[in-house]
Amino acid sequence: MAVLLEMRGISKRFGDLQALDRVDLTVNEGEIHALVGENGAGKTTLMNILYGLYHADAGTIRIRGEDARITGPRDAIARGIGMIHQHFMLVPPLTVAENVVLGDERGGPVLDPRPLEARVRDLEKRFGIEAEPSARIEDLPLGIQQRVEILKVLYRGSELLIFDEPTAVLTPQEVDELFAIVRTLRDEGKTLILITHKLREVLAVTDRITVLRGGKNAGELVTKETTARAIAVAMVGRELKDIRARAATGTAMPMLQISRLEAKSDRGAPALKGVDLVVREGEVLGIAGVGGNGQSELAQCILGLRPVTGGTITVNGVDIAHDDPRRTRERGVAYVPEDRRAEGLVLPFTVADNFILGRQDRAPYARRGILEREVIARDGQRLATEFDVRPPNARAIVGTLSGGNQQKVVLGRELSESPKLIVVSQPTRGLDIGSTEYVHERLLEQRARGCAILLVSSELDEIRALSDRIAVMFEGRIVATLSATEGTEERLGLLMAGHVEAA
Amino acid sequence: MEVLLGAGVLAATLRLATPIALAGLGGVITERSGVVNIALEGCMLVGAFFGILVADKTGSLPLALVAALAAGAALAALHALASITFRADQIVSGMALNILALGLTSYLDYELYGTTGTPADLPLIPDLSLPIAGIPLVGEALARQNVAVWVTVVLVVLLQLYLFRTVPGLRLRAVGEHPRAADTVGIDVRMTRYWAVLASGALAALGGVYLSLGVSGSFTDGMTNGKGFIGLAAMIFGRWTPVGALIAALLFGYGDALSVSLQGASIGDFRFPVQLLSTIPYLLTIFAVAGFVGRSRPPAADGIPYEKEGH
Repeated sequence: MAVLLEMRGISKRFGDLQALDRVDLTVNEGEIHALVGENGAGKTTLMNILYGLYHADAGTIRIRGEDARITGPRDAIARGIGMIHQHFMLVPPLTVAENVVLGDERGGPVLDPRPLEARVRDLEKRFGIEAEPSARIEDLPLGIQQRVEILKVLYRGSELLIFDEPTAVLTPQEVDELFAIVRTLRDEGKTLILITHKLREVLAVTDRITVLRGGKNAGELVTKETTARAIAVAMVGRELKDIRARAATGTAMPMLQISRLEAKSDRGAPALKGVDLVVREGEVLGIAGVGGNGQSELAQCILGLRPVTGGTITVNGVDIAHDDPRRTRERGVAYVPEDRRAEGLVLPFTVADNFILGRQDRAPYARRGILEREVIARDGQRLATEFDVRPPNARAIVGTLSGGNQQKVVLGRELSESPKLIVVSQPTRGLDIGSTEYVHERLLEQRARGCAILLVSSELDEIRALSDRIAVMFEGRIVATLSATEGTEERLGLLMAGHVEAA
Repeated sequence: MEVLLGAGVLAATLRLATPIALAGLGGVITERSGVVNIALEGCMLVGAFFGILVADKTGSLPLALVAALAAGAALAALHALASITFRADQIVSGMALNILALGLTSYLDYELYGTTGTPADLPLIPDLSLPIAGIPLVGEALARQNVAVWVTVVLVVLLQLYLFRTVPGLRLRAVGEHPRAADTVGIDVRMTRYWAVLASGALAALGGVYLSLGVSGSFTDGMTNGKGFIGLAAMIFGRWTPVGALIAALLFGYGDALSVSLQGASIGDFRFPVQLLSTIPYLLTIFAVAGFVGRSRPPAADGIPYEKEGH
């Protein structure tokens, strides 16, 4: 197989941080190549250099044996390199066809939708990608939007396609569809680089793997000859701890009881249509389901963030269905929201200030309406150290921290008052293996302490690793509750897709 | 009936709507590119003044018009420099330029024409007589209107086509909605925005010079009197489209015209509260901005400076 891309000795420094240190990458023509590593390992920096968004301090790039100087995305595109960005580069009010051709419209200054749409349709046919060319991007689900990103790149004649964390925003079904497209592209002779830290995907779809760790090469592997464990060890640089929940306690006292719970979505449609569930002390109940089947609304109802239109929610025997968030929290309910940046934290605030949110008006943090700065700083520093926030500086602005460290701040605040019930939504979304491991350990620590945990996650691996029992949500109802051993991936997958009988 | 829909009221509506529509068009083009330009008020004012000044010094209407548009574009260029290159707060920059425009034109007006007022024999923007007075309802009002009124209508059509039926228009909208996406496909975000801001200044200045050389034949301090701001309201009311802005401007112009024609009118003992009537356009604007007239959403990157990625 011919070598398509050779990056040699690439180095890049941002201020004090050596983001890349003499990194090599070799990609063969017609292969699917995984570029894996923890957050901050330098994967995206390396690819941004290849795409011309950053300029390397040192190193060479060769494409088909030829030296390539890439000073901007235009150079990269001209050399047949295309990037499918993690945050889609699509203009929401424009149509699929308009987005595909934008910047390279061809055929005069007049904008005529029909020939554009015909051209895009031809392209779709050739690569087996479906997306209605006349549809507006803002009306399409993320999975289809991603196809438009792929079409954009193919339209510009790219031979080498870089996918930056392509599955981060997709449902399991959409991931399968994406992988089908990825394989078709390879069969059509394209070369693909997948940036990811999800090992399952690496094993499912790639041919070879380059591992980065801390800005350095940490291994080159052939997918067929390796295991998830070997890749993980290369990524993290040490053996992983084995996180497994113990057997269910079963007879413990119910902490959270929900019966016939109903609520509406933001658009006013029924989102919860009679949910029943129980979470006991010292138990993790996992809620599995494809995003948008009522999981978010369920969490919000418990916290009092969404009006309950029917049914009851009791915590420790007291009905809290119509309490506001403050009262609910005073009853010992903690909440780790799914979008930590929007709901969990005030990004421009410091770590210490984020730690005290929700109790900022009480002793010891305030006295007669005046904040006790010294106490806040002292406790902030203690929690930052205790929860391993890096850098361990309580005066750091939360918005500047990495996702994993932001989540540690949320956990530090939510877990430090010994809650009785924790509602956790997508606790490790976007986090790397090390941070994920940390979050899981902390949650299981709370479980061991006797806390009840309701875990909402779209990651089946996470649900299965942490839960004592697993409830599957589909279209606003719990369609099945299984024990951890009954909850095989296949069965859960069927239930999540609504095939209750088959499961 | 005559005071509500007569030829006099309709003609006045067109006359009063034209500067608002021109400022609105300027607003549409700059905000579609992602730059908020509240300096349109100031652009209008310098257009009004420098039109008069050059008309006075050269006696040439074409030169006066060129000078007016250039003055508006120049003021807008300062705004572009501040908000695009230096990524300053666009409201602060716009407000500062409005104050600058007001001070500059007052000062020059006082220095040059302080004792005499602006001269009376200036070359004015002519009226256009059309043989259509026979058409019922609107004929009489349309038959004799200023050339600028018709130019405005043509500009509305051209800009509507430009924005939604041409490739450069598509790129402009992409820059205003998602500059990073435009950047990654090789569209020059900064240049696109610069041109849009300059064009907005020139359009507003055209509205200004119409006021001075088309309507009143003179310049007085602060004569635009908020029309640039109302133009921005028309832009919002018209949902950031040229045709919408024109319709909104006509509505506002009609409100203005009514408050004049209803002066002193009464039904029985009830006298129309003219002062309250003239607030109608502003009330409509508040309703529009508050989203009562359907979904009115600005371009997603409107007012947000663009910072290029990378080093």
